[in-house]
Amino acid sequence: MNEHQQTLWQFMHEQSDKLFSQTLQHVGLTFISLLFAIAIGLPLGVLIARKRKLSGTVLGIAGVLQTVPSIALLGFMIPILGIGAKPAIVALLIYALLPIIRNTYTGIIGIDQHVKEAARAMGMSKSQILLKVELPLAMPVILAGIRTATVINVGVATLASFIAAGGLGEFIFGGISLNNTNMILAGAIPAALLAIILDALLSLVQKMNFKKLRKALYILPVVILILGGFYALPSAYGSTLTAGFTPEFMGRQDGDLGLKSTYGLKIHTIVISDAVMYKAAFSKELDVISGYSTDGRLKAFDLKILKDDKSIFPPYYAAPIVRDEALKQFPQLAETLNLLAGEITDSVMTDLNYRTDYLHQTPERVAKDFLISIGLYRAPKNGHKGVVRIGSKIFGEQYILAEMYSMLIRGNTDYEVSTKTGLGGTKICFDALMNDQIDFYPEYTGTGLLVLLQPDPKIAKEMAHDKDKTYDYVSTEFEKKFKIKWLKPIGFNNSYALMMRQKQSKDLNVNTITDLKNYLDKN
Amino acid sequence: MIQLKEISKKFGDTQAVNKISFKVEEKETLVLLGTSGCGKTTTLKMINRLIEPDAGQVFINDENITNQDPDVLRTGIGYVMQNIGLFPHYTVAENIAVVPKLLKWDKEKIKVRTQELIKKLHLPENSLSMFPHELSGGQQQRVGLARALVTDPSVLLMDEPFGALDNVTRTSIQKEFKGLEELKRKTIVMVTHDVQEAFELADRICLMDKGKIIQIGTPKELLYQPVNDFARKFLAGQRLALEFKVVKIQDIWTYLPKGALQDGRSLSADLNVWDAMELLRSSDRSELLVSGADKESKAVNFEQLTKGFNQFQNAQAHE
Repeated sequence: MNEHQQTLWQFMHEQSDKLFSQTLQHVGLTFISLLFAIAIGLPLGVLIARKRKLSGTVLGIAGVLQTVPSIALLGFMIPILGIGAKPAIVALLIYALLPIIRNTYTGIIGIDQHVKEAARAMGMSKSQILLKVELPLAMPVILAGIRTATVINVGVATLASFIAAGGLGEFIFGGISLNNTNMILAGAIPAALLAIILDALLSLVQKMNFKKLRKALYILPVVILILGGFYALPSAYGSTLTAGFTPEFMGRQDGDLGLKSTYGLKIHTIVISDAVMYKAAFSKELDVISGYSTDGRLKAFDLKILKDDKSIFPPYYAAPIVRDEALKQFPQLAETLNLLAGEITDSVMTDLNYRTDYLHQTPERVAKDFLISIGLYRAPKNGHKGVVRIGSKIFGEQYILAEMYSMLIRGNTDYEVSTKTGLGGTKICFDALMNDQIDFYPEYTGTGLLVLLQPDPKIAKEMAHDKDKTYDYVSTEFEKKFKIKWLKPIGFNNSYALMMRQKQSKDLNVNTITDLKNYLDKN
Repeated sequence: MIQLKEISKKFGDTQAVNKISFKVEEKETLVLLGTSGCGKTTTLKMINRLIEPDAGQVFINDENITNQDPDVLRTGIGYVMQNIGLFPHYTVAENIAVVPKLLKWDKEKIKVRTQELIKKLHLPENSLSMFPHELSGGQQQRVGLARALVTDPSVLLMDEPFGALDNVTRTSIQKEFKGLEELKRKTIVMVTHDVQEAFELADRICLMDKGKIIQIGTPKELLYQPVNDFARKFLAGQRLALEFKVVKIQDIWTYLPKGALQDGRSLSADLNVWDAMELLRSSDRSELLVSGADKESKAVNFEQLTKGFNQFQNAQAHE
């Protein structure tokens, strides 16, 4: 790929400020939530050890919460708690709760009955038994629970970057989106080290004998508080509007970097996942977001695209990209996939996306309805001449396209189809294609150019504003470098776009990105 | 003084304790004897309200204990249990100091009292800073006893206190226990299933079965005036050894020959036959000098002792 590969060390050195603040945020998030989890989990554990009848219910609920996928949990939090630290801390707290409750419960009920009886027989009150006998004796088990919770939290805290709570996830997910291994490692290695170090430190505490443990237990809350306090440190910024950009957008020349260099845009920016970004803009948590121009949520949440008057966003025309090998193996494939060429315009795609993203129709149904409406739908032939493997990235539009292709192949050829949808970001999808895990997936010309090929910035800039030049360039280069063919474009251009709420855009009279810049400079 | 009035307790459908009444006099040791499940431990635990009775009343020093705060009640009663129940996270010194701390004694007082107790109980000085698991079973039980005695409570409850010990340790600790001055001042209720132990330590024995008292009386009464077959059979297996322990030289005084005068220190006729035989066997003397209640002294040898004992037995049988 890139000739002038930067080493990981150089990257980390260059980004040391960010790395430092992200690490602090990460530690802070982990420990604030841990502190709350202990404050809630410990008393709950004691309670259910006292009233065993409750234990099933409480542990059951904590267990169910534990199994909710983290990104879904973060999504649920937004309507209630907005974005940023609050929902992240609550989500982390929920994940940390189960091990703490369960180990407190197990630790206390595991204490020798005779020791408890002796304590009662000597006239200790219930609270004295709890503080002097039960908790100290259960402490090694409780600490094991806290240790588990800490390690879980370090891991889950990477996802906090999805809802603008910061942490090392910013690098990790930014790196995945940008196909930047150094960036991924710059986030992943410190996160892994954090987990290992914290685990080792807590295991030392756990192995202490009772005497030392007593002292350590006075110090531990203080340490947790201080570490939790890290989170409060790096957050001094001020502008009247708040922007929420995806990790991918943050690192791209045709993203935040371009906004800064070409427009000179200065705006308070937080990093957020696109899964929750639109909702956050709608609920006025964010004012400006980096969306996609065909996104259905644009319609659903009544957002307006700001005109890119200095053309920094290159065209992103979608087309299926196929391995040359696959084209040889399935002679009818190219012809079948090209059936869709030119059929879907921007507004059609936005509408299709709206139906899945907002009306919650299944991609399968949306795809079928559309194919029927343009007369391309054929009933499956149920052929057995080999299996075509379709990939897709992890958002609605790609699911719909994958479904359409799947129906076209089944209806027009004797091939079978297997779909591998929801392959993380560009990097994951492209790697799957390169490594013969899938045969094709829908890609965008802009992504092909700027993320996968990464040509000299001069070439990129020259290309960026001409959709045909871009298409020709990626076609030739992909064939040469990767033995992958770009089929005909589907028609729509799903480029990056800055968007605001319709009403706010009208109120502030901001219609283009230059307007936005001027407005920010004045206020 | 402890008094139980018609105490009952049910666990589910099982009547664990069924209308039990007895009285333990000041400084008396009452042993609750019976097989497992006879209700003896439940009875004991109702005295310090570790178990609350369903019916009936318990009085300690004429006070109804149901009117007292159970925690305060328990700090005033010594408790020794079979599994010892020392706190594994406390040192020996801290274990002994639990109740004094609850009663807010000052440090110096606790220290002095602890020192005094470990000397009396033959615990090594350096054991104070050790944790329970670093001690032998016998030492742990001594610590358990020290913990119960530290505030010098007038009432002591013991639940199979020597049950967890091996035979050799048990015998030696029982002996020490019997000789301990502190314990002689206390009103003690002790639970055991070991007949020998009961006879060794009890002033009176309360024989229980299926939640009821079968017979309550001195060891001698249990042996020679059993109220029914159960009581008789309960002691049958170890009868001879028990009789040797129960019968004192004073009891068989009239059956011993008026002996030749002998020089030396004489022993009290309170000595039981068992101990007298042990003395004869272990020393090289062939005769013991015993002085009876009538100030008369008799020298007895092994043969005379056995003969006297047999005559006493016959006399009891014909009564």
